[in-house]
Amino acid sequence: MRSRSSPRSAGASMLKIIDGPIDVAAVRRAVDDPATGAVLIFEGVGRQDFDGRLVVHLAYEAYPQMAEAVLGEIASEMAARWDGCRVAIVHRTGVVAIGEPSVVIAVATPHRAECYEASRYAIDQLKERVPVWKKEVYEDGSAWKANVSGGHR
Amino acid sequence: MATVHVRYFATLREWKGCECEEVALMPGETLGQLYSRLFPPRPDGILPVAYARNQAYARANDLPEDGDEISFLPPIGGG
Repeated sequence: MRSRSSPRSAGASMLKIIDGPIDVAAVRRAVDDPATGAVLIFEGVGRQDFDGRLVVHLAYEAYPQMAEAVLGEIASEMAARWDGCRVAIVHRTGVVAIGEPSVVIAVATPHRAECYEASRYAIDQLKERVPVWKKEVYEDGSAWKANVSGGHR
Repeated sequence: MATVHVRYFATLREWKGCECEEVALMPGETLGQLYSRLFPPRPDGILPVAYARNQAYARANDLPEDGDEISFLPPIGGG
């Protein structure tokens, strides 16, 4: 029995696309709940990928309205699958420097085991379904880089 | 005549040179057919896309309606 809130509202604490740096502490606070026994913060970070070329920075673009709708679907799925699960996801657009987070996911659950599962589910589903695009910018050019999963349903 | 609002992102936005446009539909035109009309095959092939109708995933053989917001999503790279 859930006395505090419904799964749906519990999963919908902070799910958004923003244009600017992510406040990691604010994402963490969004999943605060007295029933929580475990919290995981996942940061996807801009990587200086050497694939023969040095990445200067990353540039992200999103279909923001659809991206936030799909984030809401993922959060609802998580709340239905893991009892008491709360999730907050913030993905940024625009230029992301090497070492800075492009996405931050906070997951809170009553116990640790489902927290790891739920956190993994959130980032895997995001990479497969949420309409966001990444461009690697090099000193002498740039290229759109798709996720290995193919990124399409 | 039925028209749809088409939004372009990433590679397709760069190819089109704009973020969106109003497009008049051909009678009975599916999303897949609309994509092929707006983006004819290039020398290096066809960019595979997912289809979005009114900000939700749709299928290639779905029929858009007047006033719909349509988008063709290049392979995504979020995370």
